[in-house]
Amino acid sequence: MSVLNPSIKRPNLFKFTVPMVAAFGAIFGFITGNIYHQPLIGLFAGVIVGALLAMGLDRLAALPRWQKIWGTSAAFAVVGAIFGGVGGIVGGAVVGLSMGWFTTWIGSGRYRAGVPSYYTPGQVLWHNSFLFICAFVFFFLIAPLLPVAWLSFNAEDFFTFTPEMLSFKAEGYSLKHYYDFLGSDEWMVPLKNSLIIAPIATLISVSLGTLAAIGLSQSHVPGRQAIMAVLISPMIVPLIISATGMFFFYAPLGNWLQANLGLNQAFVGYVKVILAHAVLGIPFVIITVTATLVGFDRSLTRAAANMGADPVTTFFRIQMPLILPGVISGGLFAFITSFDEVVVVLFVGSARQQTLPWQMFTGLREQISPTILAAATILVTVSILLLTTVELLRRRSERLRGMSPG
Amino acid sequence: MSDTTQEPMLAADGRPLKQSLARALRRQKLRALMLIAPLLIFVMVTFIIPILSMLFRSVENEIVSNTLPHTVVALQEWDSSTGEAPDENVFRHLYFDLFKASEAKEHTKLGTRLNYERTGLSSVFRTTGRRLDDMGSDFQDPLEDINENFKEGAFWYEMLSGEGGEELLESRRALWARLTGESMAGDIGFTPSPQMADMLPWATRAYTDFAIWTVIDDQDVVAEEDPWEAVYAGLAQDLQSEQTQTEIAAYDGPGAQALKDAVANLDQLPEVNFKAAFIDAKEDWGTTDLWSTMQVFSSNYTTGYFLNAVDLELTPEGVQAKPENQQIYMQLFMRTLWMALVITGACILLGYPVAWLLANLPMRTANTLMILVLLPFWTSLLVRTSAWKVLLQQQGVINDILVWLGFVGDANRLILMNNATGTIIAMTHILLPFMILPLYSVMKTIPPSYLRAAKSLGATNWTAFWRVYFPQSVPGIGAGSILVFILAIGYYITPEIVGGTSGIFISNRIAYHISSSLNWGLAAALGTILLVVVLVLYWAYDKIVGIDNVKLGG
Repeated sequence: MSVLNPSIKRPNLFKFTVPMVAAFGAIFGFITGNIYHQPLIGLFAGVIVGALLAMGLDRLAALPRWQKIWGTSAAFAVVGAIFGGVGGIVGGAVVGLSMGWFTTWIGSGRYRAGVPSYYTPGQVLWHNSFLFICAFVFFFLIAPLLPVAWLSFNAEDFFTFTPEMLSFKAEGYSLKHYYDFLGSDEWMVPLKNSLIIAPIATLISVSLGTLAAIGLSQSHVPGRQAIMAVLISPMIVPLIISATGMFFFYAPLGNWLQANLGLNQAFVGYVKVILAHAVLGIPFVIITVTATLVGFDRSLTRAAANMGADPVTTFFRIQMPLILPGVISGGLFAFITSFDEVVVVLFVGSARQQTLPWQMFTGLREQISPTILAAATILVTVSILLLTTVELLRRRSERLRGMSPG
Repeated sequence: MSDTTQEPMLAADGRPLKQSLARALRRQKLRALMLIAPLLIFVMVTFIIPILSMLFRSVENEIVSNTLPHTVVALQEWDSSTGEAPDENVFRHLYFDLFKASEAKEHTKLGTRLNYERTGLSSVFRTTGRRLDDMGSDFQDPLEDINENFKEGAFWYEMLSGEGGEELLESRRALWARLTGESMAGDIGFTPSPQMADMLPWATRAYTDFAIWTVIDDQDVVAEEDPWEAVYAGLAQDLQSEQTQTEIAAYDGPGAQALKDAVANLDQLPEVNFKAAFIDAKEDWGTTDLWSTMQVFSSNYTTGYFLNAVDLELTPEGVQAKPENQQIYMQLFMRTLWMALVITGACILLGYPVAWLLANLPMRTANTLMILVLLPFWTSLLVRTSAWKVLLQQQGVINDILVWLGFVGDANRLILMNNATGTIIAMTHILLPFMILPLYSVMKTIPPSYLRAAKSLGATNWTAFWRVYFPQSVPGIGAGSILVFILAIGYYITPEIVGGTSGIFISNRIAYHISSSLNWGLAAALGTILLVVVLVLYWAYDKIVGIDNVKLGG
């Protein structure tokens, strides 16, 4: 689809390219004009700039496309600098980038690249609008995370952009929220709690879950459906209900443990939260590991048994290495579930077991400081790393199964 | 067949093959179950039992009969339609039950419980609790004037203790255990005398209660402590009985002289009238409203919480709708369902094109774009919620941009947060990946040649899509919708932070009842109703997709 069809004709400059780019420019012009409360003047200026740009770039047809785009961007940035300093440069560059991209996209006929040449203009329009809609949805998915990262470098204690930040002045930015995050017990203790609770909970759900998934994947399991339903239920039951049930049951359980086994309160608190998180992670382990086991060749274990390996050896030397990607990604899901969980820990845990999400939740509810945003940015970075790991594992397992990606 | 007449086929070890195979199968089943068992037990204990305990909480109502065991029994004979408060007998039981409860600080819990059913009862119990000591002192002072010995803890201990009263002691201990929820086990160092229990039933009972509480809770020695005011009230009550008076005349055990003095000077004691004393403490005790509420909710199990959860109430006249200004839960359930539907709809609208694009692009491009879907999916829920708080608040990014661009005046910034709009926008974003992923996996299985075939047979683009492609993608829509809907109706965090008051869900109300209003029974009933809704949807999900087919992460 991305290969440019060489037979595509360049559209007529004055009948198509110039009006289209002028209309596109009009939108930017209108918006820019509106900032200075002169939307109509902006509109006309946009039309003129757009038309001139379309004609200008048409003259430079021989240049590579990227040069045209970046050239336009640079030109707009210079104009922006005259109006609004550093902020104007960035704004101008962005507008120039989109104008340049749009002009070359329209002018060179690339907008028809993805569709068969017999398509009517209406169909081409629909096809491209569809792509724009999809682009908008992707934007909607990703864009909300960007201001968080940006604002986390705020030099002020605000949840909002300061004028200094918008004009990209160095004094508008600082790492102080990151220092706050790393330097205060208020955040480090919850982080430590999260790092205690999540791995242990993951370990429990992965070890029990993998065993059970292997059991479930045997050919004859009585009551398979019912067992599956019970094991998946922690994922289906809304968290608030699980939390309510656990609240009623774990409090007396904790008291009993304290009274009868002589365990101290803090330890019992951790045990309760870990058990609760472990059970919440189990469905993810079961689902991913059973899915991996579907593709597992059973003759391998039989071959191992045939050569004299006992079941334990077979499991660790033959089966485990092969299903490891599934186990790891199930474990990652379980880890994320625990690391990200707040409702259950709010209900079951006490202040001693305050986790990172809990601290963020109280912070958000009471709106204390943008340190939350620093924490959020760090978490996004962590999730990007995790996502990369899962993606790599997936590709590896597909390669092993002989289905190469792409 | 000729095989049937032959000898059964034998395995290597000489057993019939059929039997051998059956045994192997049995062992295989057993091994599978052994592998599953640890997890199954773990899930049962840590998850299924808690859920069941919630179901139990939603109907459990033992607090009334645990706190006022004798009163509840006595109250059964009372007929609320007479329009009069119960007789002295009920009040007498109430006094001794309540005195115990107030010593253990349990009477306010009962007040809170009954307050859910009839507003104002909480203060009745609190106020009355403070007057119970005075009611007893009215008898204590004259008794101590009549005979100095009544001042001594040791005297009471000597008079009332004896041998063979274990039965009474254990039955009182059991009542304490029910009241406090603790075992109350341990050596009391006191056994009531059966003779005294016969002669002075009220005083002995009250003293036994006092003894158990003093030893188990206060860790004191019974003989060294002065008894409760209720013990004096019990004695005063006992002295009213003619049978007791004759028995005291014939009695010559410990404390005989003091008792005889008390009988002789009976006229120095004030009149024993608990009913009047209670009504004096708080007028409400004289009304039938209070007592009928107590009678209705005296059983160990109640439908009251469920009725409250659907805006009904249990009154002596039967089930009735609550006053209009207190009807909030049905509205909240409806709003939860409605908002979950809107969110699901928005997810379909936004997710369908993207899933289609991903399913029809070359694998490599699709995988790259899939990262854009998976990144928010992997990002902490709290991070995404805080992102939306940053974006939506009145001084937030969206409003700032709109003001800067001049589309919205600085004075009338849009209110995007703390209402339903905020919840819907933020939750659509958060749940969108859950729609895209199942849609994508279904669309991936639809061969693109079907569309081309439809078009080559003369269908327009729209017809080809609507009549050929769309019907095949419906299972994906169904799977995604149910997943998103189930997740949405149970959401708590996001509505709590961006929902304000008009954008909250039923789950926020459950959390409120758990942590703030402490009406756990109602929280459990609301949770149970929500659970039933979810299980029905889950069952539908299972019918449409099957739980085995749930896939994660593309």
